[in-house]
Amino acid sequence: MSFDLDPGLGARHTAILGLGTYRPSRVVTNAEIVEAIDSSDEWIQQRSGIRQRRFATPEESVQAMAVAAATTAIERAGIEPAQVDAVIVATVSHLLQTPAVATAVADELGLQRPAAFDISAACAGFCHGLAIASDLVRGGSSTYVLVIGVERLSDITDRTDRSTAFLFADGAGAVVVGPSDEPGIGPVVWGSDGAQFDLIRQREDWRDVVASDDPRMPHLVMQGNAVFRWAAFEMAKIAHAALDRTGIGVDDLDLFVPHQANLRIVDAMARSLGLPPHVAIARDIVDQGNTSAASIPLALDRMVEDGEAKSGDMALLIAFGAGLAYAAQVVKVP
Amino acid sequence: MATKTDIQADLATIVEEIAGIPASQVQPEKQFIDDLDVDSLSMVEIVVAAEERFGVRIPDDDVKGLRTVGDAVDYIERASAA
Repeated sequence: MSFDLDPGLGARHTAILGLGTYRPSRVVTNAEIVEAIDSSDEWIQQRSGIRQRRFATPEESVQAMAVAAATTAIERAGIEPAQVDAVIVATVSHLLQTPAVATAVADELGLQRPAAFDISAACAGFCHGLAIASDLVRGGSSTYVLVIGVERLSDITDRTDRSTAFLFADGAGAVVVGPSDEPGIGPVVWGSDGAQFDLIRQREDWRDVVASDDPRMPHLVMQGNAVFRWAAFEMAKIAHAALDRTGIGVDDLDLFVPHQANLRIVDAMARSLGLPPHVAIARDIVDQGNTSAASIPLALDRMVEDGEAKSGDMALLIAFGAGLAYAAQVVKVP
Repeated sequence: MATKTDIQADLATIVEEIAGIPASQVQPEKQFIDDLDVDSLSMVEIVVAAEERFGVRIPDDDVKGLRTVGDAVDYIERASAA
């Protein structure tokens, strides 16, 4: 009897084959936010660029939004749902921790019992999922991988916290990653800095909440200025590193699609990177707020809808957030 | 070794580039927040640009103490002499 533990290899190249999104129905203007934080529309726009955001209704659950975005992504990829053999959901706001929401999403989509799991990389979740999916396909473990970034941050945002109440929002974005004749997903540059664990975090452990006399949702808290410094400058270096890994210069790029954390961060990063004027910069945050793991697919989809992005364009993605976790790669627009 | 005048001039250029305030208005007695209308995020950008320009390190905890342009010039002068 002989043994063969060699799993072999998968596709030589991978690409994003389809992109879908879901924007929740309820538009929330700054006017609705300002009273609880003693602020103004002008201050919010100046501080973040945000004019409005969207909050999910009770029916627009994490699962429902994920399914809606994924359905579009699968259709646009031109494959049958049954061909999807792995589902990765990046989220920090599915408040039922176990089992992974990815399993329920897969079932509701009618998939054929694929591998399905959630990942926790906060705002960096989508680019982490994309990297894992690409390697699953290249490694031969999967053929078509659904990657979904989805958040209902409105559930875990303190509406009276001046540093976060105007920022966080809800939504979902999904892509199908699969084999390709040409390389469509570049090498990932990723990492974390756990020494800065406290800069963006869930305020307290669930066990402390339960033990408290006044149990309240453990909201996200953030040290805004320190995060701004890290994101605007350290992350520009990571974005450069992702370009360097591919040999692509800023002049060869068509699109810059960073995590939509804050328009001030987007603009500062673009300045640090020295992007030439022809590179279109994602600014979905203005009407969508910061949707964490969902923000990059949402932003890219809007650029496609608005005609700023077209199939085959070269896009630099970079996602960063709590952890401080980050991931960047260059991709071709499907 | 940069003089106070050199630091002042370079810092004024940085403030103009980042916050859009004419360099001529960036005088030592001016307060960043109250007089020049520089908000805390722009202040972070100015500090990072100053660190690169002058080869100094200005930790977040020290940034709060830099209320006026003169405070920043003095800080950079001390830090670059150290």
